[in-house]
Amino acid sequence: MITHDENLMTPWQQNWQVLHSNVGAMLGLSVLLILVICAVFAPVIAPHDPAMQYSDALLVPPIWMEGGTMRFFLGTDDIGRDLASRLIYGARFSMSIGLIIVIIAMITGVLLGAMAGMRRGFVEASIMRLMDIILALPSLLLAIVIVAILGASLINAAIAVAIVLLPHFVRITRASVVAESSRDYVLAAQLDGARGPRLFAITLLPNIAAPLIVQSTLAFSSAILDIAALGFLGLGAQPPTPEWGTLLSSSREFIERAPWTVTLPGVAILITVMASNLLGDGLRDALDPRLKR
Amino acid sequence: MIKVFIFSLLLAASSMPAYASTLVYCSEGSPETFNPQLATSGTTFDASSRQIYNRLVEFKIGTTDLEPSLAENWSISDDGLVYTFKLRQGIKFHKTKYFSPGRDFNADDVLFSFNRQRDKSHPYFKVSGGVYKYYEDMAMSSLIKEIKKLDDYTVQFVLARPESPFLANMAMDFASIMSKEYADRMMSAGTPEKLDLQPIGTGPFMFTRYQKDAFIRYQAHPQYWRGKEKVDKLVFAITVDPSVRYARLRAGECHVMAFPLPADIPAMKKNTAINVDEQPGLNIGYWAFNVNKKPFDDVRVRRALNHAINRQAILDGVFLGTGKLAKNPIPPSIWSYDETTVDYKYNPDKARALLNEAGLGDGFDTDIWAMPVQRPYNPNARKMAEMIQQDLKNIGVRAKVVSYEWGTYLSKSRAGEHQTILLGWTGDNGDPDNFFSPLLSCASAKSGNNRALWCNGEFDQLITLARSESDQTKRSKLYKKAQAIFKQEAPWLTIAHSVRYQPRRSNVKGMKIDPFGGVYFSGVSIE
Amino acid sequence: MLLYLLRRLLLLIPTFLGVVALTFFLIRLAPGDPILVLAGERGVSPERYAELQAQFGFDQPLFMQFLHYLGQILSGDLGVSVVSRIPVLEEFMSLFPATLELSLVAITFAILIGIPAGVLAAVKRNTVLDYSVMGASLVGFSMPIFWWALLLILFFSINLGWTPVAGRLGFLFDVEPVTGFMLIDTLLADDFGAFLDALHHLILPSLVLATIPLAVIARMTRSAMLEVLRENYIVAARAKGLSPFTVIFKHALRNALIPVVTVIGLQVSILMTGAILTETIFSWPGIGKWMLESIYRRDYPVVQGGVLLIATIVIFVNAMVDLLYAVINPRIRKAG
Repeated sequence: MITHDENLMTPWQQNWQVLHSNVGAMLGLSVLLILVICAVFAPVIAPHDPAMQYSDALLVPPIWMEGGTMRFFLGTDDIGRDLASRLIYGARFSMSIGLIIVIIAMITGVLLGAMAGMRRGFVEASIMRLMDIILALPSLLLAIVIVAILGASLINAAIAVAIVLLPHFVRITRASVVAESSRDYVLAAQLDGARGPRLFAITLLPNIAAPLIVQSTLAFSSAILDIAALGFLGLGAQPPTPEWGTLLSSSREFIERAPWTVTLPGVAILITVMASNLLGDGLRDALDPRLKR
Repeated sequence: MIKVFIFSLLLAASSMPAYASTLVYCSEGSPETFNPQLATSGTTFDASSRQIYNRLVEFKIGTTDLEPSLAENWSISDDGLVYTFKLRQGIKFHKTKYFSPGRDFNADDVLFSFNRQRDKSHPYFKVSGGVYKYYEDMAMSSLIKEIKKLDDYTVQFVLARPESPFLANMAMDFASIMSKEYADRMMSAGTPEKLDLQPIGTGPFMFTRYQKDAFIRYQAHPQYWRGKEKVDKLVFAITVDPSVRYARLRAGECHVMAFPLPADIPAMKKNTAINVDEQPGLNIGYWAFNVNKKPFDDVRVRRALNHAINRQAILDGVFLGTGKLAKNPIPPSIWSYDETTVDYKYNPDKARALLNEAGLGDGFDTDIWAMPVQRPYNPNARKMAEMIQQDLKNIGVRAKVVSYEWGTYLSKSRAGEHQTILLGWTGDNGDPDNFFSPLLSCASAKSGNNRALWCNGEFDQLITLARSESDQTKRSKLYKKAQAIFKQEAPWLTIAHSVRYQPRRSNVKGMKIDPFGGVYFSGVSIE
Repeated sequence: MLLYLLRRLLLLIPTFLGVVALTFFLIRLAPGDPILVLAGERGVSPERYAELQAQFGFDQPLFMQFLHYLGQILSGDLGVSVVSRIPVLEEFMSLFPATLELSLVAITFAILIGIPAGVLAAVKRNTVLDYSVMGASLVGFSMPIFWWALLLILFFSINLGWTPVAGRLGFLFDVEPVTGFMLIDTLLADDFGAFLDALHHLILPSLVLATIPLAVIARMTRSAMLEVLRENYIVAARAKGLSPFTVIFKHALRNALIPVVTVIGLQVSILMTGAILTETIFSWPGIGKWMLESIYRRDYPVVQGGVLLIATIVIFVNAMVDLLYAVINPRIRKAG
């Protein structure tokens, strides 16, 4: 019989225990999972083709308002496209692009941070100064400028946002590497013959995983918000791509006549980011050693 | 004695308004400059030539009829080559914080205003860029052979060839008259560009202050030769977002607004505090194909695209009843419009067949440039582009929608960077040449206003002939032939002619709708 | 301590140079001929092209160009706007007060509401009050600001008509710009009606801009307070019999505020990001809107100069906050 005796659990099992008991975090996790399912199974779940323009159903209100129908239960936009379908497909864009951005930022950030933390000296100084420069610019401004140079598209927006989120990963990695480097187990591994990348991958990485994971959820939230902002400003995903921010920019003029075209995409963004933040909070509580008293 | 004094004080006090009467206009964008000679956009003209300047002749506001303005009268020689203008005397230029005129308006100012644009060696030619687009597009440099000052109040224009629309051209914005005295003063002060940034004119309103993207402030010219305006102050509240313009109009923050959204118009009409004036516009909205880029050099492809688009759906979804289907490049209200033109019908199968014929059975990739701003001929270019994109997808053509900030959009497309582009045109003088020459002639293909970059020898010959012909019946025949060629060669898909709406608060009186799309605040008052 | 300060200030220099290098490369990375790009949409005559080429020294080696650029920057020449032909620095100085005014009002809101909320939440830990404050705070920094602004406009301006739709001041008021701060200028012009109107216009945009800083400050205050309340000296103070009020305000808050101060300082960058969106939606004539419009218009001198100026301000404020933190944090003070 397996008992969940605290002393017999692995650290990761212990972490899960703490996380599990955090209501908010579990809520966040479930919402994110639902969104991932929506994103992956969009073609199956969405009631209509998001690009299909039903010329007989312009600006139909959602089902809970007068004039709404089950056919378009969240209403339609001004050229007759089903909002629910567009939102579901939008989840696909937002979730995948958010994930891609976080992965790019994390991998690049960890590599740079590791180099900075292990090499010290000039390499460290130049990497950290570069990060300072990126941080010196307000995030959206930097992203907008990068997109202005590269051209307005979802991919370029993703690159821009990844660059903006980079410094946080670099800093965390470097700080952790520096802190851990003087520890005994690292010295032992070095005596054993481990060097550079191998040293990092085997000894350091597992021990800095915790703050990185927490940072990833925060980065994910930022990524979603920044991509939506860029889409809203016309610098990210271009219409007719149903990215949530882009939806908001094209429906802005209908704020009075068809408020649902404005409120619903925003609600989608809000829910996603809140879920991610709740999960991040929960993860921080679970993984932060300082709080384990 | 004291009683009389107090009484007159009280009388004076009671007739003084608490605030000087101010008219606020919610405009759609920032002007590129305050010198209309340097610009082609209506936004710039509204802010400059139409309030600050006068021209030798002008259109009576709200009509296409010419009336004397700075020129009292004029005579044309029998061969149509010499135009002699007698100038009005006693006209005063603006007196502002930055300039005090030393003399009245005279022939020197007329000569300066035109010579700056035509004489490359003129000291002012290079100032502010040295590009006078309208002057070039109207082929003025080849048209005007000589300008002579006969005396202080008589100016003579000698043309190289007879040109019927010439007088109407003199009423256009680029023909605005500036102060030579001010120009000389700015040149010697070393700041000639101020002429274009802080303008001085003879018009009804004087420039006070401009904050980029925020507002432009004007004051009534106390010595305006037609009489001081009833409104003391004029403000252009630059509001790029049309729903914000509407919200401001409703809240009474502005008195008149530009370019309402078609979907807001029914609500505006119901609102008792707002009046919506309307008039069919002298305009055309079109989708042009850059014939210099493959595959648009093949007329079959252009015809295929003409068949591929469901324009009725666009009229319904984008114009919402404010537009009429267009089959010719000129609107029906302009004489020589060919009623008998056979339009391309919406027929995706025919479109596919034509593409196959042209060897493009697998389709091709292209872009569709869409304007970021509302224009009289197109209330929502982005939406239109998305609908076109969808129609193209049905015949296997993959299109990307491209957009830029308005000024950038105009300049990049002028350079021919696009493959296809949504744009349009509002007539400036009621003459059919004003559509054909700037938009479809070989000369304008070079200078850039001809966004299809289409240069057809036969077509060009016809419109050139028509321009110099003075008999309207003969001209009409020539233009009809030209329209037939246009339809055959299909450098554009003609989309719609739209109705012009001008919403204003109901206490605004005297506001007329300019058929050429401009806003004039002369003669307007608030009750 | 002094050494720390000195070190911190010296670190600014390479960062600043880095930002200068960044903006230097900006123009050269933009698509198209940089001279045409700098000249703008009106096009140039061949003579002007040659002039510009000489002025920017494009024929010289890259390093020389950089030095030349650096020299221009340090002498205050940040280029001329392609669209308005006004010097970039001049445009910046005329628009910056608007953003500053908005940001100051926003951060004031954020502090006045955020800190008490955080304190309350910490003191009444795990109660409904705590959860509501934390919940609201979560919503606050998960919210896309541009959407939030649109919702508030829809509700308060359009539906209720309580606040103006956009802008800084009603157009009927013509106030001479003296300081650039509307609240001050209207008072200087003796126009109380305009002053009230300016306040009226400030409400909604500053609330929107304050949202994220408020949420962050409330959270930070709460967690800082919670940490402090656990400390020994607090327990001791309580044991001594001091009233809860004194305990909270005289002892706990003062120490809790230390990390909060840094957080407030770090809001500068967030405020700028928020300003871009807020100013655009409310047509607020500040540098956020200016930057965005310049980017749309490809007004590269403005983008280059604006980015440099904004980055410099952020770096400067962050450095000041670091110094302030070092001053008030007794641990660093003693160590110095």
